[in-house]
Amino acid sequence: MSELLQFVLSGVTVGAIYAAVALGFTLIYNASGVANFAQGEFVVVGGMTAAALITAGVPVYIAGPLAVIAGMIVGIGLYKLAIKPAGKAPLVSLVIITIGSSIFLRGVMQIVFDKQIHRYEGFSGDEALRFLGATILPQSLWIIGGSIFVFALLAWFVGHTKAGRGIRATASNRLAAVLVGINTGRSMNLSFALSAAVGALAGVLATPVTFTTYDAGVLMALKGFSATMLGGVGNPFGALVGGFAIGLIEAMTAGYISSDYKDAAAFIVILAVLFVMPQGLFGRRTTERV
Amino acid sequence: MSLAKLGACASALALLVATPALAEIKIGASLAVTGPASFLGDPEAKTLEMLVKQLNATGGINGEEVELVLYDDGADPNKARTFATRLIEEDEVVAVIGGSSTGATMAMAPLFTDAEIPFVSLAGAVVIIDPVKEYVFKTPHTDRMACLKIFEDIKKRGMSKIGLISGTGGFGKSMRAQCLDVAGEAGVEIVADETYGPGDADVTPQLTNIANTAGVEAIVNPGFGQGPAVVTRNYAQLGLKMPFYQSHGVASDSFIHLAGDAANGVRLPATPMLIPGKLADDDVQKAAVTSYIADYKATYGEAPSTFGGYAYDAFNMVVNAIKAKGSSEPQAIRDGLEETSGYAGVTGVYTMSATDHLGLDLTAFRMLEIQEGTWVPVE
Repeated sequence: MSELLQFVLSGVTVGAIYAAVALGFTLIYNASGVANFAQGEFVVVGGMTAAALITAGVPVYIAGPLAVIAGMIVGIGLYKLAIKPAGKAPLVSLVIITIGSSIFLRGVMQIVFDKQIHRYEGFSGDEALRFLGATILPQSLWIIGGSIFVFALLAWFVGHTKAGRGIRATASNRLAAVLVGINTGRSMNLSFALSAAVGALAGVLATPVTFTTYDAGVLMALKGFSATMLGGVGNPFGALVGGFAIGLIEAMTAGYISSDYKDAAAFIVILAVLFVMPQGLFGRRTTERV
Repeated sequence: MSLAKLGACASALALLVATPALAEIKIGASLAVTGPASFLGDPEAKTLEMLVKQLNATGGINGEEVELVLYDDGADPNKARTFATRLIEEDEVVAVIGGSSTGATMAMAPLFTDAEIPFVSLAGAVVIIDPVKEYVFKTPHTDRMACLKIFEDIKKRGMSKIGLISGTGGFGKSMRAQCLDVAGEAGVEIVADETYGPGDADVTPQLTNIANTAGVEAIVNPGFGQGPAVVTRNYAQLGLKMPFYQSHGVASDSFIHLAGDAANGVRLPATPMLIPGKLADDDVQKAAVTSYIADYKATYGEAPSTFGGYAYDAFNMVVNAIKAKGSSEPQAIRDGLEETSGYAGVTGVYTMSATDHLGLDLTAFRMLEIQEGTWVPVE
């Protein structure tokens, strides 16, 4: 019993990190239809900036917000300098631009920070919490809480604010959005800034558990993207469920079957789901009018 | 005139003006200075550059200056192969140091064998020198030796049943295979065998399974990079108490920093470079270890890593071979390297032979334990 609980807690910890990354994907996809492969780098920018500041003696409650702002600046930079100049380039080109940007960002981070592995103390210490024979780190609770908070915030923002609705309108039909007076440029800009902030926040929260290096973003983006696909692209609730599902599948496989097949099991489940439901668990069925 | 042309003219002029005062010995190197294995290649390259500068400042080898031709292969075997060709055909080097990774080394080895140029690898795997290749040497201990050293210590503590948790990266995979292979020979039994991915953030399920396996007495974690630090933290999180061993792959202060308090009590086999202050005065390696660390700190403002030490030993053995043979012909250097006997470097004491192109035995490893955030030798 206690071992099942330990596997669940492990899965939820890891899943919350995947979910936080997946939520960032969702936002940019919602605005532009682009799967942003530099999303993992936002996470690393957050983690590395926080680590550098904390090492320099800045208290964590200041370093954290500063790291999120740094992530936001990188996100806006990515949009203004790489995506916007590409203008009306087809989606595939934009996706490739994000891949290029991620490689560029990794290079810059090697120079700005360094090539070492970084970590800092958990916000509430590193002493494990015990209950019913299983253990969890207090930082894991921060990560889980953070993911759910970001989800709630995004769901409210996209569904219930004017700026959020503007983002959705921009995504579904840019020309029509312009015609009804939505500033689509601003919507795009906003979505990149928010998405980067979400990514950086994930980095700040997760670094005490996952550690971070300049190139940790690749794996983060891969897992986060998988979570997005599983949950349904563009749906924040799907991103949340997808992230937790992948984390739990990995932990259960490692616990009950074999740790060798952990990653494979997650991908098999994703493939199986996508065969039956190509739009993911909670994705909208898209129909195009011809 | 374009800038490029101007530059070309300037360098042509410089060539005309500069007449070589001394003959030069060209030593090549191809290291992973950047890329995923840069934590290996970066200190290795810095070490070589520092040693060459030092050597030339003190008159070179037998009055001849040494020139280092250094390429950055980024641990990519394809690039390494290209650079190997360039080192042989264009640079005409007399010896080559490098290959930070096993992949890059194995890609280059056949080329240097064909060109009959001695090649000293800085990579870990045992396949580099087993079977012995005439022109290929290496300086780091093998992962097989690390397994034997760990098992020897476990036996000494009166235990024999081991739970293995290995990273799936190249290093962890290779060492896991070697540990499984030598377990019988060392008289221990692997009763649990788990793995984790290089980027995994939580391995508590794997550790829970090991802890629940009947009879497990000690845990061994072959791995590299951040994985072992995550495993160590999870080990402490679960409150496990059995002896816990890491490999030489994490023998650096950054491991203690990353694993924090959880690292206390962890043992691992490592080189004397981690305990310069705790070496006995009559320790044959003390002189090399203290001078290398002091020089490196003075030059780069940071302490050198174990990996830089591999380059230190490789370079010095090449230099010693040239001095001993009084010749910088590739063939002479090869013979000189093979005749290396009792060279006390920072990694260990090397004695090579026609059948042993590594020249280290288990005594080169010191068993260390982390106590209150510092390395303490286990007697």
